[in-house]
Amino acid sequence: MYKYIIKRLALLLPVLIGVSFIVFTIMYFTPGDPAQIILGENATEEALANLREEMGLNDSFFVQYSRFIINAVQGDFGRSYQSNRVVFDEIFSRFPATLQLAGIGVLLSVLIGIPVGVISATKQYSFFDNTTMVFALIGVSMPNFWQGLMLIMLFSVWLGILPSGGYGDWTYFILPAITLGTSSAGSIARMTRSSMLEVIRQDYIRTARAKGVLEKNVVYKHALKNALIPIITVVGLQFGYLLGGAVLTETVFSWPGIGRLLVDSIKQKDTPMVQGLVVFIAVTFSIVNLCIDILYSYVDPRIKSQYK
Amino acid sequence: MECKHDNLLQIEDLSIQYKTGEGIVRAVNGVSFSLCKGQTMGLVGETGAGKTTTALGILRLIPDPPGKIVGGKIYFNGENLLQKPDGMMRLIRGSQISMIFQDPMTSLNPVMTVGEQIAEVIEIHEALGKKESLEKAKKMLEMVGIPGSRHSDYPHQFSGGMKQRVVIAMALACDPQLLIADEPTTALDVTIQAQVLDMMNQLKKELNTSMILITHDLGVVAEVCDTVAIMYAGEIVEYGSIQEIFENPKHPYTIGLFQSLPSLDVDTDRLKPISGMMPDPTNLPTGCAFHPRCSQRCEKCTSMAPPMVNLSEDHQVRCFLCEDVSEQ
Repeated sequence: MYKYIIKRLALLLPVLIGVSFIVFTIMYFTPGDPAQIILGENATEEALANLREEMGLNDSFFVQYSRFIINAVQGDFGRSYQSNRVVFDEIFSRFPATLQLAGIGVLLSVLIGIPVGVISATKQYSFFDNTTMVFALIGVSMPNFWQGLMLIMLFSVWLGILPSGGYGDWTYFILPAITLGTSSAGSIARMTRSSMLEVIRQDYIRTARAKGVLEKNVVYKHALKNALIPIITVVGLQFGYLLGGAVLTETVFSWPGIGRLLVDSIKQKDTPMVQGLVVFIAVTFSIVNLCIDILYSYVDPRIKSQYK
Repeated sequence: MECKHDNLLQIEDLSIQYKTGEGIVRAVNGVSFSLCKGQTMGLVGETGAGKTTTALGILRLIPDPPGKIVGGKIYFNGENLLQKPDGMMRLIRGSQISMIFQDPMTSLNPVMTVGEQIAEVIEIHEALGKKESLEKAKKMLEMVGIPGSRHSDYPHQFSGGMKQRVVIAMALACDPQLLIADEPTTALDVTIQAQVLDMMNQLKKELNTSMILITHDLGVVAEVCDTVAIMYAGEIVEYGSIQEIFENPKHPYTIGLFQSLPSLDVDTDRLKPISGMMPDPTNLPTGCAFHPRCSQRCEKCTSMAPPMVNLSEDHQVRCFLCEDVSEQ
């Protein structure tokens, strides 16, 4: 098991090299002059030229990329052009807000999605099943930014009971968490339902019934545990995605997380910040995936024997 | 058939149907038989004859929808199971009647240890705690020849034959009065088949359990059963003691089954298969369901359903036994 984890962490290295290369290339070829951004509109031509030389912006692509990689390996992604803060200090100061929102959003969607999916599967084609699956489809299909705006309109503008954006006490969490939760809940509910429907037709479920197991235990003890693998996968993907900053939702609600930081940095062509953020998001996503894979082995003992 | 001792199970006119998109599947049509205490009955027939559906019907485990028991009575110890409330029925399953399913590969829960799975049935039906149940589960494992220490292993860590032993241990854990074994050896290879059958036979004698053995293997029936019922298209076509059926088969279908078996005594070049296919259960033929494939049919077979005829005290057949074979 430990061997497997170490192997997986080692595999992270090529992923990060690939990600860093792509993000570096994109930022390199996008228009805009970092020296201009740092010195501002009124900088003299000479000052700009000096700064470009000092930052090595006149070097070739490969020289610049190697320099970036050598620094990055040492954990140095440079300083933000905007705030002049060390990139990772800035990211870590923003990350807690994203983590909180992602955690609450995923918790909400799991608490709604799994029970709804289970009940829908056990009462397939019932009124409950049909209604909730329509709502699940709506939840999945509704664009987050639009739903966020509608919620703001209803609860902040018309009813005036919840703040429309920003970061503060628990009332600030409600609208963004609902926005993130509904779409995740929809996909979790649909995945739970289809996974349960498959499991509930298996022979071992019939065996459980033939043993005289209570129907409630047949569903929750025998069936749900077998149906969990695809559900965990969806929950994990959602969580990983939200940890990378729910860009649209954070923007709509002016949430001070890394999603909004990424958007702002791209807009300002804050290259070190963007590079740092993308690498950071890739790492969190990979780690969440690894955690999910490890979780599989606790749910299904057959998978555990494969992790060597 | 009269029992020397008590009648454990008596089924009268049981009919089970499935509603599907293509129409109503008449899986079991007016099946009647009885089983004495301590005896074993073989239920023989082709795939799709309604054997498993009959067995699931006894346990009231027909998936509903699409299936439904549409008529008949199932007396178990004199009480009609079809009139029991669901909660009572649940307590009968696994304790008084238990079932071994066909495929041991899929009939164990892959994410629970075998010990837990055996202990679960004990915990439900006997007033024992978790710990005592697990202790008894270990004893059951040993009874079927698996070391008790393997209780914490998962099904995928066992071979097919051992999984079937686990399933048998689970089925016998609460000393059921009736064990329904649905092709318990079909999924196993031949050497293991014999072991499992021997073990079931021995345990059955030790625990004095009655058994319904569903199979399409007449060799197995000869070895294990006291009585045998031959099923075709949802009906019992011939029913009687093992001696009667094996030595004096009357129904053309039963005769056909025996003729399609290789024999060691007689030197045959080719076996005689029964020509044709099982009829579509959504659209059964008129008259006798077997008549399109029957070599002994006469005119009335196509229009009238033959009644069950008592040939002797322990031999019944659902056939006109036509004297003048008009066609063919």
